[in-house]
Amino acid sequence: MSLYYVQKFLFQLNRDEALKVAYDRDREAALDGYDVSDEERVALVAPDIGLLYHLGVNGQILMHFAALHQIEWSDYLQRMRDGLAEHGPVREGVYAVTGYVGVEAHTASLANASNDGTA
Amino acid sequence: MPLVYAGVCSHAPGITGRADQADPVIREQFYAAFGAMGESIRASGAEAIVVIAAEHFANFFMNNMPSFAIGMSDSYDGPIEDPDWLGIRPFVAPGDRDLSERLIREVMKTSDVAYAEEWRFDHGIAVPLHFLTPQFDVPVIPVNINCQGPPLAPLERVWAFGEALRRAADAVPERIAIVGTGGISHWPATPDSGKINEQWDREFLDRWCGNDREALLSYDDATVYADAGQGGFEIRTFLAVSAAAGGAKGMVQFYEPIPIFAVGCTIASYSLG
Repeated sequence: MSLYYVQKFLFQLNRDEALKVAYDRDREAALDGYDVSDEERVALVAPDIGLLYHLGVNGQILMHFAALHQIEWSDYLQRMRDGLAEHGPVREGVYAVTGYVGVEAHTASLANASNDGTA
Repeated sequence: MPLVYAGVCSHAPGITGRADQADPVIREQFYAAFGAMGESIRASGAEAIVVIAAEHFANFFMNNMPSFAIGMSDSYDGPIEDPDWLGIRPFVAPGDRDLSERLIREVMKTSDVAYAEEWRFDHGIAVPLHFLTPQFDVPVIPVNINCQGPPLAPLERVWAFGEALRRAADAVPERIAIVGTGGISHWPATPDSGKINEQWDREFLDRWCGNDREALLSYDDATVYADAGQGGFEIRTFLAVSAAAGGAKGMVQFYEPIPIFAVGCTIASYSLG
C-alpha cells in the first residue's frame, strides 16, 4: 500500500495545471515518480473512483479528481458506494461507513422528525 | 483595538455549487442570514477579517502539515476548485501582509504557528467570502487549523491558539473581525455525504453559545467521529472563535440541516459587548 503517494499525486493534480495537461495526454506517464502499486495505478488511470475510495483516498481530495473527470455529484457518491460493495470496507485512512440511507430519505426523515416536534 | 466581531458560519462547497438542488425557500433564508452576517461585520467597522478555516488539501498536505497556519500576503486568489463545480468565479481577495506579520509575531509569543506567503483559497474561505464580502473590499487574513489529516492538534491547543489570536487582534491598531468556518456534524465527500446529526449539532451549538471552556473541551475526536463524522473535526474552527471571544455568550442566527449542502447550515456570533 502506498496511499500517501496516491493522495499526493491527486493533491498535485488538483492544483497543478501542467500536471493536468500531462495526465490528459498520457495518464500512465503522468504517474512516473509516484511510488504507487499496480492496483493503485490502475485505479488512477481508469479512473476507478470506487476503488480509490476503498483504498482510503480522502474524499476531500477524491471529489476534485471526480470533478476533473466530469463525474456529477450524485454519480460520484454512487461510485463510492459501488466501490465499497465490490471491494469491501475502506482499507486505510480516516473513514468508516455509517450506513447512510441517502439524501432523499434523510431529508424526509428530518422533515418527519420536525413535524413530530422531535427535532 | 479590541476585537470588534466574532462569529462562525458554514463553508460547504454545495452551498454555492449545488444551490439549484436545494429547497429554494430554505436556501434563500440561509443566504439572507449569511448576508446579514456580512452586514454585521461591516457595521462593526472591521478593517480586516481573520477567517479561521479548515482547508481541504488545497495548500497543505501530509508532506509538511502545519497544525496552525496564517497567511502573510497582500492578495490571495481562488477558488482552487473548478469554478463551475463550486459556483464561484475566479477572484483575487485582498490581504494585508504587514498586518499579517504583526498578528503572526504576536500569536507566536504563546502559540506555534506556520506562516504562508502563498495561499490559494478553497471553498473553506471562498464560500464564506462569497456572501460576507462579495465585493472583496475588506482585507482577509487567512488562518488554517488542520482538521483533515490526522494527527490533529488537541482541542486544548486549539483553544490556546484562539486565545493567542484574540491577544494579537487586540494588540494591533486595526479593528479586527474573526470568523470561523466549518461544519458541525457532517460526512463530506464520502458515501455518507448528506447525513447530518441535527441533535448533536444543536447540543454543540448550545455549548458554543454558552462558551464554557470545560464544556467545549470535553469533546474528543473518537466520539466526535462516531457521532458527527470526520467532518466534525472541523469544530476546531468554532472552538478557536470561542476562545477568541473570551467568555462572551453567543447566539445562533440560523441553523437548518440542508442535506444536499451536506451540512447543518449555520450562522452564529458572540456578543462581544
